[in-house]
Amino acid sequence: MTELRTRLKGRENLLGAIVALTIAAFLPLFFDPLSNIVDNCILAAAYVVMALGLNIVVGFAGLLDLGYVAFYAFGAYTVGWFASDHFSAINGQKGIHVLAGEFADKLPGIHLNFLLVMVAALAITGLAGMLIGLPTLRLRGDYIAIVTLAFGEIVYRFAVNGDEINIANGYHLTNGRQAISPIDSIDLPGLANFDSAISLRPYYWFVLVLVALVLLVNFRLRDSRQGRAWIAIREDEVAAASMGVPLVKTKLMAYATGAAFGGLSGTFLGSYLTSVNANNFQFGFSIFILAMIILGGLGSIWGVAFGAILLSFINTYFIPDVFNSVPRKLGLDFDLTILNFGIFGFLILIVMVLRPQGLFPERRRALELTEGVGVADSTFEVNAP
Amino acid sequence: MSTSTTEPAAKPGGPSGKTMLSTEQVTKSFGGLVAVNNVSFSIPERSIVSIIGPNGAGKTTFFNMLTGLYKPSVGRILLDGEDISRTRPDRITTLGIARTFQNIRLFATMSAVENVMVGQHARMKAGLIGSIVRPPGVRREEREVREKARDMLSYVGLAKKNHDELAVNLSYGDQRRVEIARALASEPRLLLLDEPTAGMNPQESDRLTAFMRQLREERNLTILLIEHDMKVIMGVSERITVLDHGEKIAEGDPVEVRANPVVVEAYLGKQG
Repeated sequence: MTELRTRLKGRENLLGAIVALTIAAFLPLFFDPLSNIVDNCILAAAYVVMALGLNIVVGFAGLLDLGYVAFYAFGAYTVGWFASDHFSAINGQKGIHVLAGEFADKLPGIHLNFLLVMVAALAITGLAGMLIGLPTLRLRGDYIAIVTLAFGEIVYRFAVNGDEINIANGYHLTNGRQAISPIDSIDLPGLANFDSAISLRPYYWFVLVLVALVLLVNFRLRDSRQGRAWIAIREDEVAAASMGVPLVKTKLMAYATGAAFGGLSGTFLGSYLTSVNANNFQFGFSIFILAMIILGGLGSIWGVAFGAILLSFINTYFIPDVFNSVPRKLGLDFDLTILNFGIFGFLILIVMVLRPQGLFPERRRALELTEGVGVADSTFEVNAP
Repeated sequence: MSTSTTEPAAKPGGPSGKTMLSTEQVTKSFGGLVAVNNVSFSIPERSIVSIIGPNGAGKTTFFNMLTGLYKPSVGRILLDGEDISRTRPDRITTLGIARTFQNIRLFATMSAVENVMVGQHARMKAGLIGSIVRPPGVRREEREVREKARDMLSYVGLAKKNHDELAVNLSYGDQRRVEIARALASEPRLLLLDEPTAGMNPQESDRLTAFMRQLREERNLTILLIEHDMKVIMGVSERITVLDHGEKIAEGDPVEVRANPVVVEAYLGKQG
């Protein structure tokens, strides 16, 4: 009976995902191929991927990460380095090309097919995730947040000043605020023509596939040996270690997986926006993504996806398009867009007061916040090498 | 916990001569405070051994060293002759030591079954990629682990209807059961119980006492327990070690320890 229920429960999520994604797949057909709505949907989907990644670190494993933007940056620079003319003099101006597509094949610089770039980004960001994880392994709670925050800031500084950092042969690490641009379009011959001047739909469907993939990975990980270990260390690190869960490995896995999703999404955004600009990698973005998962409900996969879509649309549609002129109508001399971070902060505040478990909480979290379960003590030496 | 007929300790099925775990002059100090001082002792395989002592005697600190939560400041801990005093807690679990906690430490918002499944973590193989791709091997392992968790919960006497209940919602007695099931799930050879009968009434304590013997018979376990309930200690232990102010002040079988004036003094104060 209970076995049947758990099986049904698994199917429920699968069914929900199929329905939601199918509806989502038909959505752009109702709008102009170049409409702003499709553009907003693409960004929202990319943020869903990021939020679900951060949810693994913060929601599942309980490690508060305030530097998540770093992985967006790593992912974006991966596509910046390997799918643009950034390294223009390489191979005697002829460039290096791997299945880059007809157009990019003639350009100087390194041009890999987007799918290869994604694989590279997964590896690079996963590794970066573990590197960030390492110094936090001996820390708990707030201190983890401080270290990750600093890391995010370091990466941002490198991104901004990277145009002055020479890496061999006069190449720069980044282009700073000048941005690495243009980035190659995604090239999947036979499947779709990715040209954002003609239609945004292929990009939309591409990122939708990423969302489907990331949803699947999230659900499967949650109900697995790995997911249980994450939740166990979130609940009680000491007990988890005593039950045979290796803390270091388990935490590093969480960081790596979460980072890989952020990188994946960053790679897509780099290509979609056709530029990689250091300005995008500021601290505020980490908070933006964190706000999504808090709003939706920490640890709850559906909640987090919803929170990401909601905040993304508030950011790209409701504030700039719908309510932007409200202050002027009230006789005030500013646009609402300059207040957007203030509005996110206000929303989080409201959620924290009225519904601290988030809009669609995970069963476990709801309990934790209302009944105050969970322990924390720092005297044990479980983290010692 | 199923009842069995009570029988005196140290009879057939009792300890073999082989030493399973031993400590050599183990000391643990926190800053200036010496919590455990120069304690050497050993547990024979398949024995039931108790550590007793007044509050603050260092019993739990001693347990925490055996399970790797604390590293001894001085001295060595040997499991099957191998030094484990610097080994990580999860490795020690893999080597065959499992424990319960004095103040129950279940994963509060996981179900009873999930708690016990975490207990099997060290005995599972599925990695990150396997968990995502779920090849047949991983699916089978997951199914077996879940079944084993249910069996284990039934074995310790948790009602079927409570198997999928969140740990935090279970009664105190059931939480203790789940904690023991979780420890057993890691397939230990040595089980450490930290005040397992705390908060239990005499009937429940009796049943747990019988259950400890049953564990040794059926699962070949060696059991080390910290206990305050003298009836439980005298009824179940073959050997007793007495700690006071971090030092071992006495050791022996129940009769010897009960008659030892030093022990009486530690508990009741000096007699006029």
